[in-house]
This record gives sequence, structure tokens and C-alpha cells, in this order.
Amino acid sequence: MSDDKNDPVEIFRGHVELDYQYTAGVSASRFLRAVEQGKFLGQKCPVDGRVYFPSRGSCPMHAVPFGDDSTVELPDKGTVVTYSIVRVPSENIPLELPYITVQVLIDGADTALGHVLDANLDDVRMGMRVQAKWKPKSEWTTSMANIEYFVPIDEPDADYETYKEHI
Amino acid sequence: MAELTAVVGIGQTKYQSKHLDHSMPSLVRVAAEKALADADCTWADIDAVILGKAPDMFEGVMMPELWLNDAIGGAYKPMLRVHTAGSVGGSTGIVAASMVQSGIHERVLCVAFEKQSESNATWALSISMPFSLASVAGAGGYFAPLVRGYMRRSGAPEDTGIRVAVKDRQNALKNPLAHLQLEDISFDMVANSPMLWDPIRYLETCPSSDGACAMVMESEALASKRSNKVAWIHATEMRSEPTQFSGRDQVMPQATLDNSKALYKKAGITNPRKELDCAEIYVPFSWFEPMWMEGMRIAPINEGWKMTYEGATALDGDFPVNMSGGVLSSNPIGASGLIRFAEAARQVRGIADAHQVDGAKKALGHAYGGGSQYFSTWIVSSEKP
Ligand SMILES: [Zn+2]
Repeated sequence: MSDDKNDPVEIFRGHVELDYQYTAGVSASRFLRAVEQGKFLGQKCPVDGRVYFPSRGSCPMHAVPFGDDSTVELPDKGTVVTYSIVRVPSENIPLELPYITVQVLIDGADTALGHVLDANLDDVRMGMRVQAKWKPKSEWTTSMANIEYFVPIDEPDADYETYKEHI
Repeated sequence: MAELTAVVGIGQTKYQSKHLDHSMPSLVRVAAEKALADADCTWADIDAVILGKAPDMFEGVMMPELWLNDAIGGAYKPMLRVHTAGSVGGSTGIVAASMVQSGIHERVLCVAFEKQSESNATWALSISMPFSLASVAGAGGYFAPLVRGYMRRSGAPEDTGIRVAVKDRQNALKNPLAHLQLEDISFDMVANSPMLWDPIRYLETCPSSDGACAMVMESEALASKRSNKVAWIHATEMRSEPTQFSGRDQVMPQATLDNSKALYKKAGITNPRKELDCAEIYVPFSWFEPMWMEGMRIAPINEGWKMTYEGATALDGDFPVNMSGGVLSSNPIGASGLIRFAEAARQVRGIADAHQVDGAKKALGHAYGGGSQYFSTWIVSSEKP
């Protein structure tokens, strides 16, 4: 068999649909019911006290479940630990280009949250202080889409030392 | 103690954006037959077959190993599928080697492939999970913030990534199998290419390629009888870590540092920069050259960029990196790791043609994948350990 003497292969685009039901589970359900009320809930690891947000109900480092008493309420403010300005379209991301993706370290949390920032492209920087911009209350559901995006707030930038381990 | 094992045959297709002359079975078969020819073997000489490829979501063919088993000569033979995200090609080589090192088989064939023209990788990597916001556009969207983190902590000059891209694309011009052949490549051409995922420019990213790579490995008893040069496997190592945990260093993951430490210990290497002659590293975005020079302990932490800057990683430098043109020049994702491993083997066998490093005796092959969380590496040599 040679590398270049075959008949051309015909390629066509087929449509495949897959319907499924997703069960959030105990931990994510608690988190999502709080988001429905406009609140952020994290969970504290019983071993080292680090706060996971969002939390999946157990610690990947220590392999222990987060108990019912591990829940901590967090503010909707945080610090941009790193970011990218995206100029590449993706068919399942309904955002207008260019947009800014950010990793936000919510105050009091020890894991960063991936989201979008609405800001001037020239202004975005590591350490920038930001806050969630919520949709109107009437539109809130059990979804992180309740937050349209994050917006910069008028606070001095966070010191690099305070967030560098979360990049 | 593991049985000594050698790479005795290597086969690769040409890497290109659309292999309209091949279906997926045909693509893997071409690479496999070339590897058999290089090893002077027939299908009947193979004891077991290992197949590697990246997520099934890419082409939408679930468990393709079942469909491709005939094409890779796996009928009535032990066959195993490997999948470790982008590092899978490397893991495939390591799993194949382990089949011989363990003493179970005498001669094994491994094949890895991707047919990106029949796939939509950016879509498959940007799946919106229930209840969360989809904002990460493909691999570039994931890795760009990490590159920014590296730039911040290392203080590397902003044009480091451009220099890597120019170097790898120049090397690709010496490799007829490489997908991207940019004759007029220059610093300005890369610098002026569009910013896709800031700080990553278009010409600092890998292409989408179709292609397959295959290798035949043998026990010491068989390989020692050969008159041509083989690549002896001195050490292999795989390490991984979870995608998300608090305090995870995503720029310089613990798994890569653990991987390189364990690899060199097995290979009896104390100074990799001096004792290795060259390295073929998984660099899908230019900045990952300096990052993995550090992760592989070839450069001190935060100083990997100096190797790029000083020209050490050029083909004529003291530590050539990505002689084949690297992932930046050809990226059939599932095969990309095995291509790195194969290039390391070609170098020490002295059959790397125009991109041969003179007198290369010991080389490193490297792959990584997922969210910088899976690492597969090996060291091969023209001489037995
Ligand atoms: Zn923990």
C-alpha cells in the first residue's frame, strides 16, 4: 500500500444527537441552590482547611469527603489571577469576539473560578479586583449563568504574592 | 529487573491538514507497514498490538480500536488501547515497551494516530458542562493563561515564544514529513501574525494535522542480532496529577517535576543538559519549550527561556530541541507524543536525515496532555545501558 495512490476518501458532516439527564449530586445541588439565591457557597477541606469553590464535594488531594459542616459562604468579589483575550471563535461558546477569559480567585476561596470579564481590553491585568455582575433576580436559576460576567471594581490591585500560587 | 527493549522499526505518514487519500484504517495501516518494513518484519512476526489516540469525541468514533483492529493486524492477537489525552502517543510507546520489558512478548507493534480533518477538536475540548459557563475556547484558551503566568514569574522577554516558533518552523523545513513548510519564516512573520489567545499568536500555535506514527519494539535477544542500529530504551516514566486541587501549580506541575526526577534516576542521569544529546519535547504552543526545559530539569526553574535565547535549543546548538519541527509543525494529536518518542529513536539510530544531530547517542522523548497533568517520557540510546 502506498502513501498517495488511493482513491480520495469522501468526508461528509453527519449530525448525531445525544439526549441525557445530568444529576448534580448532593454537593453540586447545594452549591446550585445557593447560586439560585444569589449566594456563593464553598467547602472547606477537613484536613488542611483550604476552601474549594466551586466544590465537587470531596478533596482531590486528601481523598476525603467534605461533610455537611464544611460549607462556607463566600462574597462575589475576587482577584484576577490570570487571563487571556480570546479572538478565536468556538461554535459552542456564544460570546462575541474578542472576549476576556479570567481565572478569578474569590475572596476566601483557595481555588480559582473560570469566567468572563467585561472590561476594556487594555485595562485587564493580573491582580485586578473584580465582582460578579448578576442577571436580574427574576432570571435566576440553578446555574452559574446567573452571573453574566465579572466587572472591575474600584479597589487597589491585589499583591502578586497573595494569589501567585493559584495560577 | 525489566527485560532490555529496543526500538527496531519506525513508520510515519506524511503529516498534512487533510489526508483525502486515506480513511482512518488506511492511515494507521500505512504507518504500521512502514514500521514493519523498517524492522524487516511481517505481520506474522508481531506478538501484540497497542493503539493510541486522543479523545474519541474528536472524530466521534467511539472505541476506534475495535474498528481499526484489523487494519493494525490485531486480529487473534492481544490488542490494547491507550488514552491519556495529549500525552497518549508517549504513553502508547511506554505501554508497548512494557509489553516487552515485562517479558510477556518478544516483539510488539504500536500505532498512534489522529485524523483531525474528520474531527473538531476545538469543539470537543470546549464542551459546556451543565450549570457552568463555557468560556475556554479549545486548548489555546486553556493554556494561554498559564503561559501568561509563566511570563510573569520568569520575567522572560516577551519575544521568547516568537524565537521558539521561528526555530521549530526552520527545523520543519528539513523534515519532509512535517505538515507546515513555511519557506519564508522569519521573526517578523511570527510577530506580525494575529494574536489568537493573547499572549499566543497564530504562528506560535500548532496546526491541525492528519497522520499516524508506528513503532516496532523487540526484546534484547532479538534486537541484539540485528546488524543495523537500534534505539535501546534506557528508561520510561509516566506521571499524572488531578486537574484541580488547591495550590496546584499549573505552570510547573508537581507531576512533571516528579516525572523528570524519576526518569533520570532510572536512566542513571545526573546532569541531563550534559548527558543528553538532544530532546524532542511536546510543544503545542511556543512558550512550552522553555516551560518544559524547566519541567524536565534541563534548565533551572524560571531560566528555561535563556536556552532559547542563547540558541542552545537550535539544531546547531549545544542542546537541540524539536529537531523534527515539533508539534508546532505537525499535530495529529493522538500521534504527536509517539512522534516525539520516534524522533528521539531516529536520532540515536542516526537515521534522522537532514535534521540529524551529529553523533547523537542519547535522546529524550517527551509528551504531555490534559490540563498540563499527564506526562510521558523516555530516554533512548544507541548503546545498551
Ligand atoms: Zn484537602
